[in-house]
Amino acid sequence: MTRTEIRLCGFGGQGIALMGKILGAAVSIFEKRKSVTTQSYGPESRGGASACNLVISEEEVDFPYVLAPDAFICMSKEAYTTHIDSLKEGGWFFYEENLVPVDDRMKKAGHIYSIPATAIAEKELGKKIVANIVMLGFFAELNDYIDQKAILKSVIEFVPARFRELNEKAFKTGKNYAKKVKKQEAKK
Amino acid sequence: MTISEEKVDDTILEAKRHPMDYLLRWDRLPHVWCSGCGLGSVLSCFIHAIAESGIDTKKIVVVSGIGCTGRASGYLDLDVFHTTHGRAIPFAIGLKLANPELKVIVFSGDGDLFAIGGNHIIHAARRNADITVICSNNFIYGMTGGQLAPTTPMGAWTSTSPYGNVEPNFNLCHLVASAGAIYVARWTSLNARRLQASMVEAIKKKGFSFIEVIPPCPTTFGRRNDYEEGIKMLEFFRENTIIRHGIDPGDAELNLGNKIVVGKFVDKEDKPTLSDHIARIQLFAKRR
Amino acid sequence: MSKKASIHDVLTGEHYISGNEAIAEGCLAAGCRFFGGYPITPSSEIAERMSRRLPQVGGVFIQMEDEIASIATILGASWAGRKSMTATSGPGISLMMENIGLGAMTETPFVIINVQRAGPSTGLPTLVGQGDVMQARWGSHGDYELIALSPNSVQEAFDLSIEAFNLAEKYRTPVIMLTDESICHMVEKLIIPTKSKIKIENRKKPTGSKKNHLTFKPDADMIPPMAAAGEGYNVFVTGLTHDTKGYPVITPEAQEILVKRLCDKILLNEEKIRLTEEYMTKDAKVLVISYGITARSAKGAVNLARKKGIKAGLLRLITIWPFPTKLIEELAKKVDAIVVAEINNGQIVKEVREATRKSVPVVLSSKLGGTVHTPKEILAKIEEVKKK
Repeated sequence: MTRTEIRLCGFGGQGIALMGKILGAAVSIFEKRKSVTTQSYGPESRGGASACNLVISEEEVDFPYVLAPDAFICMSKEAYTTHIDSLKEGGWFFYEENLVPVDDRMKKAGHIYSIPATAIAEKELGKKIVANIVMLGFFAELNDYIDQKAILKSVIEFVPARFRELNEKAFKTGKNYAKKVKKQEAKK
Repeated sequence: MTISEEKVDDTILEAKRHPMDYLLRWDRLPHVWCSGCGLGSVLSCFIHAIAESGIDTKKIVVVSGIGCTGRASGYLDLDVFHTTHGRAIPFAIGLKLANPELKVIVFSGDGDLFAIGGNHIIHAARRNADITVICSNNFIYGMTGGQLAPTTPMGAWTSTSPYGNVEPNFNLCHLVASAGAIYVARWTSLNARRLQASMVEAIKKKGFSFIEVIPPCPTTFGRRNDYEEGIKMLEFFRENTIIRHGIDPGDAELNLGNKIVVGKFVDKEDKPTLSDHIARIQLFAKRR
Repeated sequence: MSKKASIHDVLTGEHYISGNEAIAEGCLAAGCRFFGGYPITPSSEIAERMSRRLPQVGGVFIQMEDEIASIATILGASWAGRKSMTATSGPGISLMMENIGLGAMTETPFVIINVQRAGPSTGLPTLVGQGDVMQARWGSHGDYELIALSPNSVQEAFDLSIEAFNLAEKYRTPVIMLTDESICHMVEKLIIPTKSKIKIENRKKPTGSKKNHLTFKPDADMIPPMAAAGEGYNVFVTGLTHDTKGYPVITPEAQEILVKRLCDKILLNEEKIRLTEEYMTKDAKVLVISYGITARSAKGAVNLARKKGIKAGLLRLITIWPFPTKLIEELAKKVDAIVVAEINNGQIVKEVREATRKSVPVVLSSKLGGTVHTPKEILAKIEEVKKK
């Protein structure tokens, strides 16, 4: 069955839930495929950790929760520790390189990409808050699962009109960083 | 409690009609209240007050909870609701907020409004919900056979305080005034004319208004506390009632053997009611 | 996500929102203009959205002091002529039980959204459960019937919110949306049609003379027309057993007439009220019966079973109460076994057993809350019961 699972994790304030909704809407509304976004609720989501999960399918999604993600976007140390083992063998791992101290456990991933999304957001865009959109741009350029144009459309749909330009720029910045990473990869 | 379904000869009744009869459901009489009970007089004051208020009776709604007083709504030829025990106030708030044109009056007893329903009355007063609450305080649960109420004076005998009540009682007027009521008065059923005038004022008031009325309850309270007959209790009221308008209701506690302080304790200027605030929010949200 | 949608009316267009948000929009689209509630997770997003949305459409939102006040106030609002609702969960729905009885007795239309979480008591705040199924039926004291619906997606949460109001108005009854934390917190695509495409049902109004109006005189369809307070009918409404005038009549005879009608107006219309979905039931030998979030996993399990060559099918209950006994009785004749999957210790399974009259084995696939069955877990039960 054509089922893809994506997990997004970080800490409160990073806009993880919004990332999950943007990706889900990109699939459901702009690609006209099916998706379900779920969030982990309960006391653990108040303590700072934030997790959002996405299931993508060509048909209706039956079981809505993520068990072993095909892709894992990680934006905090705690999220890494908690969720890295759940990643599917050979899956895609994207992480915020200044916030996530990685170790050997990530080696189960088949594709590993990192970006200093927060530093980029802060230094290049002047707003730390768009680090999540930088990460989405980075993911959009590199991933195999969701069309990047659909993701951008979804970003525009979800952010308030007055921040549209900033977010578009953040998305593009993340994308460009990914392009550089790809070039370096090709050289190797 | 049996309800007569017999046909009544209208022509005979017509001759005996009282000017206030149009506000009563004749086919529900006689009422359930005991002889010597003061609730009949209170109801009589109430219908006179409704007539005197001049408010369109089509827009008047009376809501009761459960208990002796709770049955009052059922004798009125108005829109009437006999709800669950303690919940007359939130039911009334729903009616009022859903249709601000209605004049919603809660008519219920002390146990219903201040024991099981105690949480609702303080919040209704806090919100300045635009309703009038008339509370008949007989110091006891009458309908269920005379059990202890939060209004039972310390030392009084009830069927669940066979050694005398060991708990202090609520001062109802003090409680609702503290919670924000803009009109607060207390009368005994013997102060019929003053009670009626007070009811008119309360009904016409915008915002949360409250009247405590003390009727004799010879059957369940009086019998155990030296007032076996209604008349004896009324005599006690006559000799021991002091009218003190405007005093701090905190100074008007009701204790066994003490004087009964009655009067209009609080009559504040109108301030925006809950309905006013909701209308304001609707206007604001609609313009955006 | 349609830019045409006006916040002052039905939010037509495509949205990517949670079940709770979809329910709020569905209720607004149904014409609900009064919400009285008390916050409790996992239902609070409904109250939050209603607090913002209702004033935009001229409605009233009020947060009451507790759940008892919440349900009492929506009964009052309904009698003032507004479509009214509350939303709650767990301990909150338990607190509402007494006034659900008043709603049934006084034939008051309103909708309760119960976002089920696992209990008893505080239980698992605030993880999924389906343990309130039997409470929804008879949680208040005495005999009565009401309608309960269970959606399995965000879209259906919206659609059934409209249906819930329509049924409440049509049958003059409380309707419980028996949903769950999973459906209400998951985010999916929702398509809201234009207002003109939404079918709305409104309560029957009395047409006769206002003088000596009989507040509870039923028509031939067993349902009395409903006048609102303030319309001049002088309605007489009591929780006591009453006659057609609404007057209290404390006799066994009056009780027989009234309670029988209250139950029959729902039970005898079961087929009209009934909403179910059948998936691959035509040739099925193992029938899975499920509802709400669990039905999604059950569908997955049926697909897995079919791949393995097992003739499995799914009956998804959308209407939970009144129970589709006749339908299950018929389906049971065609299958070898039935699996009932639900997140409780076995509630609907008992109704299914009753319906099948022990003609086939009925087994339970149970979880006690906090998590949803995986399709594989239900598949294991299918494999267990299939004829070897």
